[in-house]
Amino acid sequence: MANKTAVNEHHGFPWKHLIGFVLSIVLTLFALWVALGTDLSLTWILIIIFGFAFLQAALQLLMFMHVTENSTKSNLTSRVQIGNILFAAFVAIVIVIGSVWVMTAGHAKHDKHDEPKTENQENHGEHESH
Amino acid sequence: MAHTETHDPNTPLEYRSEIGRLNILGFWIFLGAEIALFATLFATYMVLTHRIADGPALGELFEVKSLLIQTFLLLTSSFTCGLAVHEMRRQNVKGLITWMAITLGLGLGFLYFEIQEFLHFIHEGANIGTSAAWSGFFVLVGTHGAHVTFGIFWVTMVLIQVAKRGLTPATSAKVFITSLYWHFLDVVWIFIFTAVYLMGMVMHHG
Repeated sequence: MANKTAVNEHHGFPWKHLIGFVLSIVLTLFALWVALGTDLSLTWILIIIFGFAFLQAALQLLMFMHVTENSTKSNLTSRVQIGNILFAAFVAIVIVIGSVWVMTAGHAKHDKHDEPKTENQENHGEHESH
Repeated sequence: MAHTETHDPNTPLEYRSEIGRLNILGFWIFLGAEIALFATLFATYMVLTHRIADGPALGELFEVKSLLIQTFLLLTSSFTCGLAVHEMRRQNVKGLITWMAITLGLGLGFLYFEIQEFLHFIHEGANIGTSAAWSGFFVLVGTHGAHVTFGIFWVTMVLIQVAKRGLTPATSAKVFITSLYWHFLDVVWIFIFTAVYLMGMVMHHG
């Protein structure tokens, strides 16, 4: 059986969807403003815009995708759904942050045999990020 | 067996058959794998984002207007897709088909602007082989676009089935699963919006 949220939800006005929609628009525009319209440091911009992205992803999952909904009387299905998505998010974060760290943290300690051309590109990349 | 089960009359149709429940749960597991798939593409893109060789920088070509149009089309389509499922749960087939058709229209609009943007980038000298950064960009964003394209065909076929057979436990589970897929594509886009476009523009201008 569906849990109470599902039961109440399919009657009347879809407030949950409307609130989710409005919030996602607000978060999108606010992220754009933080990224392009403020003088915050790069680190803060990244923290804020990625914070908003995860918040907005959570909104989609909760407001639109009904991730907490159960198809059986026990809470088993919602627990499996939420657990699986959280684990996938963990895997995603490890893959992305891990890869970026592995491929960029060692930049200063390059093999001396590297061609100068690669070094130039390196500097260019460094320059870009400031 | 499934037919003898007793149900709370409020249980949504898509959860009433065993196969419907299992398919929905299974689709959530599939979405977990999709998250991992996109994570690898995001990782590749973010590692290579400064490797622009002789081509233009990513942030140099990104345009706020085109980005916002695409983002709002997809965000709105996710909302209308949610409304379609809401109508389905009220047994309103007409409402379901109407909102899903609007969703598909917005999805097509998204694809149109995405293709226009890709053509613009290629015109400006940034194609899939220009540099590692642009390869990473086109593979990541293109994979998302391919998912949207597939979603449009899939939703269309499920809607044809609903129009023919009406709302049954089988068809409503299919609609619900396609809705999960569609919302998921919006979730992926949020991260493309942030990690590709916003970051690209911040790094270029900042």
